Amino acid sequence: MRSKIAIAVVAAGLAALTAACSSSSGFSSASTGTASPGKATKTQLTLMFGSSGTAETNAVQAAAKAFTKQSGIPVQVIAASNLTQQVAQGFAGGQPPDVFYLDPLTMQSYAKDGVLDPYPSTMANSGGFATALQQAFTYKTSFICEPKDASTLALYINTADWKQAGLGTPPSNWNQLEADAKTLTTSGRTGLTIDQDHSGIDEFFYQNGGTVTNQAGTSVQLDSTQNVQALTFLKSMLTQGIMKFPSQLSAGFSGQAFGENKAAMDIIGNWENGELQTDYPNVKFEVVPLPTGPSGTHATLSFTNCWGVPKQSKNLAGAIDFVKFLTTQQQEMTFSKAFGVIPSLKSAQAQYVQVYPQYATFVQELAYAHPDIAIAGATQALSAFDSALAQLASNSPASILKAAQQNLQAVVTQDK
Amino acid sequence: MSALEPAGQAEPAGQAEPAGQPEPAGQPGPAGQPGPAGRHRFPRWRLPGKARRQETAAAWLMSAPVIALLVVFLVAPILMAAWVSISNWTGIGSPFSANVHAVGIKNYSALLSTPGLPQQQLGESIRNNLYYVILVVPIQTALALGLAVIVSRQRLAGRGFFRTAYYFPSITSSVAVSILFLFIFGSSGVINAIINGFGAHGPNWFADPNGVLHMVLSGLGVTTAPSALAGHGFLGVSWWDWLAGPSVAMVAIMALAIWTTSGTFMLIFLPAIYAIPADLSEAAIVDGANSWQRFRRVTLPQLRPTMFLVLTLGLIGTWQVFDQIYLISQGNPAGTTLTPAFLSYLTSFGNQQWGQGAAIAFILFAIIVVLTIVQRLIISERRNA
Repeated sequence: MRSKIAIAVVAAGLAALTAACSSSSGFSSASTGTASPGKATKTQLTLMFGSSGTAETNAVQAAAKAFTKQSGIPVQVIAASNLTQQVAQGFAGGQPPDVFYLDPLTMQSYAKDGVLDPYPSTMANSGGFATALQQAFTYKTSFICEPKDASTLALYINTADWKQAGLGTPPSNWNQLEADAKTLTTSGRTGLTIDQDHSGIDEFFYQNGGTVTNQAGTSVQLDSTQNVQALTFLKSMLTQGIMKFPSQLSAGFSGQAFGENKAAMDIIGNWENGELQTDYPNVKFEVVPLPTGPSGTHATLSFTNCWGVPKQSKNLAGAIDFVKFLTTQQQEMTFSKAFGVIPSLKSAQAQYVQVYPQYATFVQELAYAHPDIAIAGATQALSAFDSALAQLASNSPASILKAAQQNLQAVVTQDK
Repeated sequence: MSALEPAGQAEPAGQAEPAGQPEPAGQPGPAGQPGPAGRHRFPRWRLPGKARRQETAAAWLMSAPVIALLVVFLVAPILMAAWVSISNWTGIGSPFSANVHAVGIKNYSALLSTPGLPQQQLGESIRNNLYYVILVVPIQTALALGLAVIVSRQRLAGRGFFRTAYYFPSITSSVAVSILFLFIFGSSGVINAIINGFGAHGPNWFADPNGVLHMVLSGLGVTTAPSALAGHGFLGVSWWDWLAGPSVAMVAIMALAIWTTSGTFMLIFLPAIYAIPADLSEAAIVDGANSWQRFRRVTLPQLRPTMFLVLTLGLIGTWQVFDQIYLISQGNPAGTTLTPAFLSYLTSFGNQQWGQGAAIAFILFAIIVVLTIVQRLIISERRNA
């Protein structure tokens, strides 16, 4: 049996060979094209996205159809099964999709290579996004691509468990969180669950006055005393058994454990709403802002994707027009209604909060959110960090942070 | 690597009569096989010049399509990957475009000699895969041989059914099998239900990064590493961690691999067993050999060429393990199911470090070639002994 890697290498190799043989070397000509995008032609656009399900696929297809009707530019919509890999293959073959979903981590790599068109500077709405979202798609000082949605972490509480335990107001700081988790823990259920990776844990660093990197992203500051304290706090809850990681609860992620009521509280993002609606419709829950750290600092993590546009698009102006169409208040609300995402535009968020007051917490938290860590080339360093965090119960917080600090700093230093 | 497969396959066919078991004199060779070369024909170099040139040209012409296919799909990608492994290609545009430069052995030295995460992850992946190979190859070969011997019994009722049943896992999609194993080895899955039935407590299989050897050692009271082992290491992994053994998660993946591939190799052993002349076995019975002695002294020596094929294919396949890792664990927990093939994918597609990813692929290639040569030497030494 040949491994997939061999096939992938051969495929990438052939794609590159074909590109090398064609007379117009797409990359070298496009990389110099930093001038104005020119006028939109009727050349067909390709939109590639990773779908969460049929609802999202249908909504994106409908949006593409509406754009074609308005502009006369045909759009081919491709739902990728492995988005990052397929976009990478497109770039290797010299024909990336004209518009695609792009995560902040991959964005950093592509921005470093200079292959993305920093179109927000030409857009009227580029000032209309929440700060944390714009920050997530900023490379050095330039805003590279416009966020398409927003997510923040919040505290989910199972209201039935909560009433049964006779608890009052939701926890507003770490001490109360710990006390409530203790009260909620029974023989078959743990008080609190969180995801066992950096995207589920980093918010505790910020709440304790720590950080992950400096503002400019040039130095990693993971091994601070504040961060060690934060991890020690989590470790103590793990060893008391009042907090458990999803793998200890035979769940793939914390939201599943919460849905199955193996945990009474869960710190997770708003994607959990859809999960609860479809798989666990009987669970009654409440969403509240995350508790503050000992110093009273409010913090959460934000997650988002953007509409990536490559410089070498055959119809760059058309692609930018398409993004303009996708990032109107009206279109963002259409997406929200179709598959539950929170809009990225502040104006659309105001409308969203009125339609869905029960999810206002997520929007409210954007004010003090920090984007999830994204450093070019840090995928492996982060996955090593995640592996270590998953073993928090048996590892020392200081040594976990020290190793992650070294690995991530090595990536940052190499980048310079 | 596929070039090795036909070579390995040709060998057992060509050596149906192994040394030490001479054919009875006077028995004719296989029908249709030509006599010693050159007896009835002109030697090639005696052909008149023109005819020789024409024959050569025709030979090239007829093999041209295959050569073209090999060059396009095999030689070119390999050379290209070799170039990528010594370049700074970022995965954008052609690797031969003007802004891609050679960086010498930088990608290799980052993996092999520079302390840091890439070196440590390569070390871990090699450790994980080494235990995987050491355990999976012998067990799957023994199991395949055992199954083949059982299924080849003349008097076994429902032989066809068993042959199909054992081969079934091999033809089932690896995606389906992997998902099945996720359920079987889930923390409240079938395996743990059985273990709990015996009053023990089953591990959380796919989430348990503890090395099996470390667990045995801690059972014997050794919980911390001796400083001689903890302080020194190879490829960024301390000797103590090299001795961790496969993690519990890796053991579950090994079980999957053994279960799926044993049937395939059984199918390779079966015809080889059928090809052993029945009179050899009868002669052994006359000599008073019991069934174990017949297996050990007659069947097994006859199967040596097939054994070489199965071991070689097993070795190559296990070093290249990718699908199950990609589907089940993605290298987790704690990097204990990371393998070089998956690490190469992760480095290239995940991290956009294509040069380093290609370098890992070539390091893996070197490991497989060296180990196959070593294995060949060992087996041929034993044959000559």
